[in-house]
Amino acid sequence: MLGKGLLQGLAVTAKNLVGSYHDPARYVTQEYPEVQPKLPEAYRNFPFLVSETADDPMGTLRCVACQICEKECPPQCIYIEKSKDKKPDATGKAQIYPAVFAIDTAVCMSCQICVEVCPFDAIKMDQEFAIAATDRFGGLLLNREQLAKPNAYYHQIHPTEAAEVDERLAAERRAAEEKARLAAAAKAAAPKPAVPAAAAAAAPGAARPAPAGSTAPAASAPVDSVPPPAPRPPSP
Amino acid sequence: MESPEALRDRLLARFPGVSVELVPNGSPSGQVSLRISPAGLREVARFLRDDAALALDQCSNVTGLDSPDREVVETVKESQPGAPGGPPVVIERKQTRIEPGHLEVVYHLYSVARRHGPVILRARTGNRTDAVTLPSLTPVWRSCEFQEREVFDLYGVVFEGHPDLRRILMWDAFAGHPMRKDYVEPDDYEWEPTPHGEVLAKARRHYPSAAAPGAVQPSP
Amino acid sequence: MMLPDPAATGLARVRKIEGAALGLRTPAFAPEEGAGDLLEVSLGPHHPSTHGVFRMDVVLDGERIVRLKPVFGYLHRNHEKLGEGTSYLGSMPYTDRLDYLNSMTNNWAYALAVEKLAGIPVTERAEYVRVILAELSRLLNHTCLAGFLMQDCGCSGTPLMYAFREREKILDLFESLSGSRMMCNFQRFGGCRVDPSAEWLAATRTLVDGYGAFLDEFEALLSGNEIVMARTQGVGRLPAALAVNAGVTGPMLRASGVGHDLRKVDGYGVYPRFNFRVPIGRDGDVYDRYMVRMLEMRESISILDQALRGLPGGPILDPKAKQRGLRPKAGEAYGRIEGPKGEIGFFLGSDGTGNPTRYRVRAPSFVNLTILEDLCLGHSVADTVIILGSIDIVLGEVDR
Repeated sequence: MLGKGLLQGLAVTAKNLVGSYHDPARYVTQEYPEVQPKLPEAYRNFPFLVSETADDPMGTLRCVACQICEKECPPQCIYIEKSKDKKPDATGKAQIYPAVFAIDTAVCMSCQICVEVCPFDAIKMDQEFAIAATDRFGGLLLNREQLAKPNAYYHQIHPTEAAEVDERLAAERRAAEEKARLAAAAKAAAPKPAVPAAAAAAAPGAARPAPAGSTAPAASAPVDSVPPPAPRPPSP
Repeated sequence: MESPEALRDRLLARFPGVSVELVPNGSPSGQVSLRISPAGLREVARFLRDDAALALDQCSNVTGLDSPDREVVETVKESQPGAPGGPPVVIERKQTRIEPGHLEVVYHLYSVARRHGPVILRARTGNRTDAVTLPSLTPVWRSCEFQEREVFDLYGVVFEGHPDLRRILMWDAFAGHPMRKDYVEPDDYEWEPTPHGEVLAKARRHYPSAAAPGAVQPSP
Repeated sequence: MMLPDPAATGLARVRKIEGAALGLRTPAFAPEEGAGDLLEVSLGPHHPSTHGVFRMDVVLDGERIVRLKPVFGYLHRNHEKLGEGTSYLGSMPYTDRLDYLNSMTNNWAYALAVEKLAGIPVTERAEYVRVILAELSRLLNHTCLAGFLMQDCGCSGTPLMYAFREREKILDLFESLSGSRMMCNFQRFGGCRVDPSAEWLAATRTLVDGYGAFLDEFEALLSGNEIVMARTQGVGRLPAALAVNAGVTGPMLRASGVGHDLRKVDGYGVYPRFNFRVPIGRDGDVYDRYMVRMLEMRESISILDQALRGLPGGPILDPKAKQRGLRPKAGEAYGRIEGPKGEIGFFLGSDGTGNPTRYRVRAPSFVNLTILEDLCLGHSVADTVIILGSIDIVLGEVDR
């Protein structure tokens, strides 16, 4: 019958029309902004810098200004200047920090290659998308203070990722502590060095502050006076 | 499908005046190509399309390549007469010459009927300035029409025999060939301040005030 | 209204394309020199039906097309030169923006070309995940296209909105996997960036199981519809010989009766392990192109089902495969896949450094546009819009 296809089509549209009043599968409009979208955990928008704590964001930035993200960023929207001095980071180790870290969000295309290549888990993707600025250039150029957000925030937006990162960093820290402790114990148990002057050249001067909880005695003892062989401390 | 060496031999036998060289490929892909002299290119192409065994009926991809002029430093040994009655003196001299560059077009040919390929053809122009003509393969494979126009537009290779050779991606009044390695982009377009030095440096040539207007100083 | 001067612009004579010898249907009439009364109109670039910033300079005799010249380049972003200045990893997000509707397949084509160039093997799990994502992209693309084609026919948005409602489900899947709906930046050299979780796979399974019902409803609305058939059957016929010679690939080639599908011909990835058919059209008109795409979607559902069932364990990315700082040996490689629009290929040339020395994109939409004029001659302007819609172009690819 001519027109059968048309009638069939009208039946489909009628089903959708009637269904849109009671079937959520037919009526899919979310009335934003009254209803906020539920974003998946993996959603990414622009990057942010991770600080360990919220009370000292600049002092506890994980970023060490290695500039790998700056080099790898395809549209070259990251601008980093290394500091001239070193400051202690969250673990107390003296590190170079970024004196300037700016991201031009007008250029950034949210590709998250900076996150992928960062060896220190210092830069991660944020999820804020409702960010409008009135100034097209300055307003969209985010500096270090605007980019730094605490690790607690990272846990809030990417819980599984943040948990995995924290675990990995803690494991690395433990492994580094263990290595330092064993090295110090080996040095303490070593025989008298032939030339104490050479050892004195590596005199303590903020080279390796003792990590909390370790039992290494060598860092505090002066190197040029060789202590007698001490009993090996028990392993923790 | 026959190997590239066998194909080269067959082409050399069939087209005596045409030079066919096998160009090796250093990558693990193993896709070697055949460089054909421009004069015989269209004949060879037609032969490849109509050959019963090969039946290369589809030209899938046409690529332009640019090899710019290279400076080559050579050591030349010259023999000059030495002191009277003595042996000739050999002097070594460093000589710089410009190895002229060329433009190249690469054609990837496949057979839809026989389901094999690719056979890769290449053709080089004489140089990058005045001898930039190559025969067009559009009369053989229609798919080259837009792709050769693009190579003309972006590289400057003139395809003789093309039905409609004019710019395709750039506008008609555009000057220059953007994909060439020595193309210098114009820098007097409307610029936006970014923290990166190169853009700022270029812009300062056109906005000579001490701080370029609207420049954003990176925050300390 | 100024009529163009025929002598100056040569508009009165219809240019005979050599393809006439290949069986092209000659246009309905060819006006003689100086016939006058021809109207030159620019369709686009600001036009809702040109699928992007695309312009067609048409010369009309009443409603009939006498000559048609496509003009594009409005979206030219110098992608190829950018590729020469960026590292291999850095070019991956740019490939998302080529055919911006199917970023997963663009990524795969580029990753395949780099893997060929550098000789990087791909893990088995990643091959299966790539197939899953590529077939999801095919569903995305064909659904979107069916909607837009019907929109061009004048359906005022209803099939378009139904199509987009389904599309949103697939885009949500992509968002939860890669972080972004369209610009996924997902494939890496030797695998994929993220390993899909069990929840993601379960959600994909739910979607795949429900997609057939959506297609049934969609086809009930459209495929038997008398108006759709009257408008699309017999319009824009593409003969098979011309299609092959003009480098047409993808559903457009298959609708003309040529059984050429790179998933079967090249057998890249793990496609040879799956059982699927390749739909082929008969007349090569707009209706055949639409039907081939609908049938391909059904086959994609079958491939997805098989891939989800057979997905092996193992690493998603070989940790030894270099992403950052990849420096392939000097050489060249051309890698291609069957994208939803046709054959998408990347030709990469390396000189041993971290940036390619030549980075070329073989875009299917660009090459498929070669025969636009041939298809539209003798048709009306309304048909031209539908024919362009059935070619399935996206300007991001055409212009790069």
